[in-house]
Order: sequence, then C-alpha cells, then structure tokens
Amino acid sequence: MANASAAPDVHEKAMLLDFADVQLTFPNGTTALSGVDLTVRKGEFVTVVGPSGCGKSTLLRIASGLEKATAGTTKLTTDHIGYVFQDATLLPWRTVRANVELLAELRGMGKTERRAEAARAIEMVSLNGFEDHLPRQLSGGMKMRASLARSLTMDPELFLFDEPFGALDEITREHLNDELLRLFTERGFAGLFITHSVAEAVYLSTKVVVMSGRPGRIVGTYDVPFDMPRDPEIRYTAEYAALVGEISRALREGHDA
Amino acid sequence: MSVPSPASSPILPARPMRLKGGYRMWAPPVTVALLIIGVWYLVSTFVLDPSKSYLLPPPQEVLAAYWNPAFGTDMLEGLWNTAKVALTGLAIAIFLGVTWAITMNQAAWVERSLYPYAVILQTIPVLALVPLIGFWFGFDFQARVIVTVLIALFPMVSNTLFGLKSVEKGQRELFELQQAGAWVMLTKLQFMAALPAMFTGMRISAGLAVVGAIVGDFFFQRGTPGIGALIAKYQSRLNAEPLFASIILASLFGVVVFWIFGWLSKRAIGTWHDFT
Repeated sequence: MANASAAPDVHEKAMLLDFADVQLTFPNGTTALSGVDLTVRKGEFVTVVGPSGCGKSTLLRIASGLEKATAGTTKLTTDHIGYVFQDATLLPWRTVRANVELLAELRGMGKTERRAEAARAIEMVSLNGFEDHLPRQLSGGMKMRASLARSLTMDPELFLFDEPFGALDEITREHLNDELLRLFTERGFAGLFITHSVAEAVYLSTKVVVMSGRPGRIVGTYDVPFDMPRDPEIRYTAEYAALVGEISRALREGHDA
Repeated sequence: MSVPSPASSPILPARPMRLKGGYRMWAPPVTVALLIIGVWYLVSTFVLDPSKSYLLPPPQEVLAAYWNPAFGTDMLEGLWNTAKVALTGLAIAIFLGVTWAITMNQAAWVERSLYPYAVILQTIPVLALVPLIGFWFGFDFQARVIVTVLIALFPMVSNTLFGLKSVEKGQRELFELQQAGAWVMLTKLQFMAALPAMFTGMRISAGLAVVGAIVGDFFFQRGTPGIGALIAKYQSRLNAEPLFASIILASLFGVVVFWIFGWLSKRAIGTWHDFT
C-alpha cells in the first residue's frame, strides 16, 4: 500500500517481542507456562500451535500486558500493538464504523482524523458499504473483518491474534487467511498468531512454534520456507503437506509426553 | 379482517407479515378480555342474588360509573394525583437505583457492603413501615413519594447491577488494553451494556410505582387524595360500581405505564437488542 518499503524484509531483524525463560503460575498454584523463550522480529509472522489449555493464549495475554509473568523477562519494544480476540468483541450498539473507530477514540484521537482512519481500515478489510450496519447484521466472517479493521487503526507494529478464526467455517477461514497474508505483506506488521490448526499455522507463518500442555512449554520451532506473498496454491504442494505432517507429529508427541 | 395474500409480494414479505403480526398480537388478549367480561356479566346478572349485587355489579353499570358526574371527575382527578406521585417516585427510584448499582459495581467490597441493604429493602414489609414514614415525613405528597420509591427501588438496583456485570470479558479487556479509565469504561462500555437490563428494571419498577402510589393513598389521606383514597372511600360506603371502576382505572394506568416503558426501550435500544 502507501509504504511498500515497509513490507517485511527478512534481513531486517529488529526485535519487537522477546520472552526469556518466562513462567506464569496462577495464585491457585497452576503453572500455565514454564521456561518459554520466544522472539518475534520485524517481518516475522510467528504462529503458536498447541493443544487446548496449553497456555498458548496466555502468551498473548502476557505480551499485551493483560497478564504479568511470575518469572523470567519479557521485553516489548513497541507500543503499537494490535490485539484480535477469539470473539470479534464488537460493541453491539455501535455501527461497524463506530466500532472500528473505538480504539482511536479511546486513545483520544480527534473525530475527523479517526473517521478517516476508520474509513481506510474498513477499506482494507473490504467492508465498504457496511459502515452503517450493526454487528448483529453481519456474518461471523464479517464481524471478524470489522474486528481486524479496528486493530488496524492502531497501525500496529506487532499484531497479536488469539485464535481469531477458530469459530468460522472452513471456506471463510481460508479466505480470511488470504486476506490476513495480504495485509501482512502490505502493512509490514509482525504477527504472533495462536491457533490449534497446523494447516493454518503453516500457511500463514514464517515460523511455527509447537507447544505442549501442562505446564505450557515450547517443544519445537519450525521455519516455514515458502515465499511471501504466499500463493494459495502452496496448500496443495507436497512440501506444504510434508511440513504440516512433521509439525503435527511433533504436536502429537508433545501431547502424549 | 382479511389477511393480504403474501403472493402479491413474494420477495419482500415484510408488510403482510407485519399486518398479520399486528392482528396476532392483539387478537388473543382481546379475546380473553371479552371472555372475562362475558363471564362477569353472566355471573352478576343470573347467578348473583340482586340484593347482593354490590359484591359484583354488572359490567355495564361499572362502565356507567365513569360517566356519572358524582364519580367520574373525582376518579380522573384521583388518577392524576396518583400518576404524579407514581411518576415522581419512579423517576427518583430510577435515579437512585442506577446510582446505587454503579456505586456497588466499583469495587467488590462496596458491593459486599451495600448489596445486603438492597435485599433488605426488598424483604422488609414496606406496609409495616408506612405508618412510620407518616410520622417522619407527614401524610402528604412527600410521604407518598417515599413509599413509592421504597417499593419501586429494588428492581432498578438489581437489574442495573446485573446489566453492569454482563459486560463480556473480551470487551472489558479491549478497553483495558487502551488504558481506558474507570469513567470511560463506565460511560462507553458498562452503562451501554447495562441498558437492556436497566429497561427491564424500569418496566418492573414502573408497575410497582403505581402500586406504591396507591398504597400510599390508603395510609395518607391528607392533602390531595389519589385514586387509592377514592377506593378506600367507595369501599367504606359500599359504593360498588365506582369502586370497581376505580380499581379498573388504576390497573389500566399501571398497564399503560408498563407499556410506555416497553415502547421506550424498543425505541432506545431495539435496533441492537432483542427483547424476549
């Protein structure tokens, strides 16, 4: 888009998020995360896969500051963070436009400015024409788009996704995966994406991190060699299938352990 | 009444649906009302001994009481006075209830400190307190309004509190991530999310406010008498027809207030909230 030069450059490796030996133990004694080392650099799209309840969402909560690690160090070098929740978390009384404007409004941005910002973001997720609709009038996929647009107004350098497409049907999900990849190449944000779908993880990411549960720890890291922008057809190649197979095996071994 | 054929507009069924919906909305309750009046007529005319007609005067005679100059104006005036008490009390109850709930929602310890008293407010027999209220605040308008507030307050407190707590975790965290302060959180999120429950509370409280105003009338006869005072008067004089007429009038008033709040809530938040 406007600044094509900000498109992900794999050689530029500014650190955005750095977890070293992060541990989180809840007051009730449950250890959610243990000894987690994880970095997200500029230009990277890192996806964390793991079984339900392995603490992968907790990673995002710590990264965003919603939760504090009980041990280890967490370093965040940007305050331009986008956070997309599992649910679209739109406010039902606000129109799509007003929902997309919300974060800028909370940050105290002026009305004209945030309106322009929202219009741009709505355009980016192809929701134009639905600005005056209420969330209840939208499909699940469209709600997610609105939620994405809302975070895009923050002009995020680091985008956190907490299983955003988990509740959507397969077709909508694949479609949104492509949209997300397009935004990733256009906007040049780094991504930290949580999912339990290995296929989705491999398709979206430059790096896949496998977690095992109770306590959550990282059992493997895989670089994804496919080029960006990504050709949707790679989903049907042997290399893709082989990588998905390898990661799925690692996931299963981690789960059995 | 004929239902328009939906075939005339197969793509946009909205209009015929609405006509049908209107008919279906009104027909059942009107039928029940006619049935009740019919049974009432039969019992009062053919079952009841004429000497005991004061127990249940026939419907047409009750209706005639409204046009009887000896009763009609009194009843309307009484209703107006009752309405003033009920609406004043309701407005105060809404304001106090919302304020109380918002205060409790600020911290767990505040809720723990104040909620028991909201429950007590609901469980103490207000009727037993009414004479006390008379001693303290006189037997006029002010005392009646206080009785009304006491009776109408609890649904506002409990419904608003429930609504404030109904905010989804994700929505709250969305605000927290932007470092939204307590005031912004309250006005842009919690208050809005609580509106459906608050309107439900208002409808319940509106009905109770009418009851409260009439109860106040029974006890506080000084000042301008409301419809409750009239009911007490007609009862003591065995004036059956105006007695029935004023009871019906008071009930209708309650229904109208309830209906107005239903309409208001649909107008205010019906676009984004489904009332079930």
